[in-house]
Amino acid sequence: MTLELFDRPVYGLNRVEKAEFLLPRLQELTRAHHASCEPYRRILDARGGFPAQKDPRGGLEQFPFIPVRLFKSHELRSVASEEVLTVLTSSGTTSQAPSRIALDRLTAQRQTKALVVIMQSFLGKSRLPMALADHAGVVKDRRAHSARAAGILGFLNFGRDHTYLLDQTMQLERQALLDFARRHAGNRVFVFGFTFMVWEYLIRAVERSGLGPVFSGGILIHGGGWKKLQDSAVDNETFKSRARAVLGLDAVHNFYGMVEQVGSIFMECEHGALHAPAFADVIIRDPKDWSPLGDGSVGVVQVLSALPGSYPGHSLLTEDLGVLLGEDDCPCGRLGKRFRVVGRIPSAELRGCSDTHAATADERRV
Amino acid sequence: MEGNSEKLYQTFAAALGVDRSLVTDDLQYNKIAQWDSIAHMSLVAQLETAFDIMLETEDIIDMSSVKKAKEILEKYDVRF
Repeated sequence: MTLELFDRPVYGLNRVEKAEFLLPRLQELTRAHHASCEPYRRILDARGGFPAQKDPRGGLEQFPFIPVRLFKSHELRSVASEEVLTVLTSSGTTSQAPSRIALDRLTAQRQTKALVVIMQSFLGKSRLPMALADHAGVVKDRRAHSARAAGILGFLNFGRDHTYLLDQTMQLERQALLDFARRHAGNRVFVFGFTFMVWEYLIRAVERSGLGPVFSGGILIHGGGWKKLQDSAVDNETFKSRARAVLGLDAVHNFYGMVEQVGSIFMECEHGALHAPAFADVIIRDPKDWSPLGDGSVGVVQVLSALPGSYPGHSLLTEDLGVLLGEDDCPCGRLGKRFRVVGRIPSAELRGCSDTHAATADERRV
Repeated sequence: MEGNSEKLYQTFAAALGVDRSLVTDDLQYNKIAQWDSIAHMSLVAQLETAFDIMLETEDIIDMSSVKKAKEILEKYDVRF
């Protein structure tokens, strides 16, 4: 079952192929979660159950969706507690309840495999020397099941000579950075981190220290929320150009994802669009009446995934605003839907690995 | 090759922080507390150093048991 999820080219399914691939799997997941997760069943039944999908055209929009916030207030799982391998928790400031996501072995394996096939489209098969805009302690605690730790651990598979560039107080470790750059001088490197942390503790720190450009080419992959940077008027273009100049990198890719649907990583392509992989999809909905919106209209992002088997996370309404840009038509050559995330729903709670760290650092309470 | 088998078992024991006697072909990822995703990264690094190879990402993901590790390392010309 797992292999079947990943035997299609990750960005190679057009609209028709994708519907054929995804719809039956989403139907099966809806049925299975309805049968096995009592709170989920009650929610769906309160809305009149779920309709059988007969028409593949436009069928994606007919799946019921639940808000990501439900995972903070409810324990939603579809397997017995003995089957749960790990419970992931979302980032949270001290005043917020974290989301709790129960993974069994199969779902955890699917997520790992999903990340591999997605990242190979951007990193190729070789493992580059990897520097992280974080401190080593974030993954050391064996009971750390935070989204931030899980995110980092997942990405570690893609690099080698893992070097953490920050100390525990988030100060740049100059010597570690210089040693890493020297060890890999003349070669491309892979830099990873959460967006606010990369900006504040790496890019800005290197600028202040007058060190740049530090590397001889490479790729930066970052994700986890833009709100804090938007507050400081740092947009994507600014972020990219400063990252390239200061770090000496040639490629910068943002990713959009969430702990509630881990494995659904929407990567930003070379042309600035977020792409849905073969086993996931996205719908933009009008917040007034939840009707699906076409290209160019801003609405609330709904994400769908064929991966979550142990918890009902296959069709979720996020707290993000986004806009569809097109389907099967990106100049980067990847098929599927492409979209942009433009912000948060006003008055949504502060979320995301990047922003909650920023908020905690500021000692702000939400 | 006796030597490589023993080297493999000892690398596992060191990386996972377990007694050598615990390391058999049947030992599996995530089935003991010590072999979790954090230890796995350390295991990969130590195997690469011990056998002077660089593993592909897919092989890192697939290395779910000691037995599987032998199969994978054989792709890198390590004989057991």
